Amino acid sequence: MMEIKVKDKSIVTPGELIAANVKFSDADEEYRIKMNNGIYKKGSNVYASVVGIFKENGLKVIQLSGSYIPRQGDYIIGKVIDMSFSNWFVDIRGPYEAGLRISEASTKYLDTDKYDMSHYFDFGEYIFAKITDITDSKKISLSCKESGLGKLEGGIITRIDPSKFPRLLGTNDSMIDMIEKLSNTKIEAGHNGLVWIKGPAEGVKKAKEAVKLINKESHLTGLTEKVEKLLQGGKK
Amino acid sequence: MSYKKTGRFDKRKADELRPIKMEVGVLPNCTGSARVKAGKTTAIAGVYGPKEVRPKHLQLNDKLLIRCYYDLISFSVTDRARPRPSRRSRELGLVIKNALEKSIFVEDYPKSMLEVFVEITEADAGSRCAAITAASLAVADAGIQMRDFVPAVAAGKIDDLICLDLTKEEEDVHDGGGATDIPVAYIPSIDEVTLLQLDGKISSKELIEAIKLGIKGCKKIHEMMGKTFKENYKIKAVKE
Repeated sequence: MMEIKVKDKSIVTPGELIAANVKFSDADEEYRIKMNNGIYKKGSNVYASVVGIFKENGLKVIQLSGSYIPRQGDYIIGKVIDMSFSNWFVDIRGPYEAGLRISEASTKYLDTDKYDMSHYFDFGEYIFAKITDITDSKKISLSCKESGLGKLEGGIITRIDPSKFPRLLGTNDSMIDMIEKLSNTKIEAGHNGLVWIKGPAEGVKKAKEAVKLINKESHLTGLTEKVEKLLQGGKK
Repeated sequence: MSYKKTGRFDKRKADELRPIKMEVGVLPNCTGSARVKAGKTTAIAGVYGPKEVRPKHLQLNDKLLIRCYYDLISFSVTDRARPRPSRRSRELGLVIKNALEKSIFVEDYPKSMLEVFVEITEADAGSRCAAITAASLAVADAGIQMRDFVPAVAAGKIDDLICLDLTKEEEDVHDGGGATDIPVAYIPSIDEVTLLQLDGKISSKELIEAIKLGIKGCKKIHEMMGKTFKENYKIKAVKE
């Protein structure tokens, strides 16, 4: 019978025993259950592998800090740093560089005979894209073939810790929708911790402050009210 | 003169550690950072990454590359240290890397690199142990998947007394058998010693005793390391 050794929603540290007598189908000596879950198995015990908050539901540890590790299906904001004959190379603030093929760059046909590659995405420009594939050798492929994806024109870029990204989105994007509405801006946030804000100068400033607040107090309760207060406070 | 009778210079018991203070997240520009103060020894560690490997030829295709830099700041010792990489700092960089590597899931981060910088701002013996402890806290703060923390402490012998966590004053004892310094790093959850060095003279029987004492000290430090993180987030929550 599985015994949980720590309290639900408590903070755990690497090497801390989470559960004993856990039965798994795979009997490897040290088998990682799932990298996303922040735990590892040794014998019949399960230990935490990161600093985070333990969630009993699903037996996982939610990481509290850390840099961005790319995963398939993530939406990211990246900066174009290089281009070749038919590829753009994008810095996604992770350990690996990502590539965007010209056939994946738009739903429309991009004519390279007519225009140069830099006509579409130039050096230093930010793009909003989806990670479609990561190979075993960590080659990352991006795609902009979805509505809302593509070049981010105008606006500013700000940063948030990648581990705090879910808090910025909120449940069903509630937090980000609220910031957009109250500051009258348009916001796109990437899993890699870059946030793009566009709109009137006043609104952008307020939205940026809200993002900063979320970054600072992401692990506290009552964050939504605080952000709401911050955004409405400036209006009066 | 027997130190067994007179006791230690700072009135500590043989198995007593110096007062240790630990903090995490002290450097805002790093991915993870920590400061460890053990007695008068202070180590600050900063971690960057995982990031792209530069220079490219060092890249490992199946695991994480860890590069550690250890540095004594010029004013950290009584005779000014030359502010450039020395043979000693290269050695300690390697020693720290070897001590940490076993605790990290290196296979999870192929083709990437983790840089660990440790600065000693005050040195009063046991700086490599403080460096390993600080580096391990910083790596955990950077959110790297790891098996456990790596606490480290020096065990040793002053003349005839086997004791824990020597100070510089104790290391410089020359009467009788002199002083012996044995830094030990130990990972509790996998039960493995990842650093063991010896400087001085000691009999094999005493050595085993000293290592056991070192492991005991490491377990105490390990407890403090976990507490540091728990309190760090608790304090932040209270400040609200």
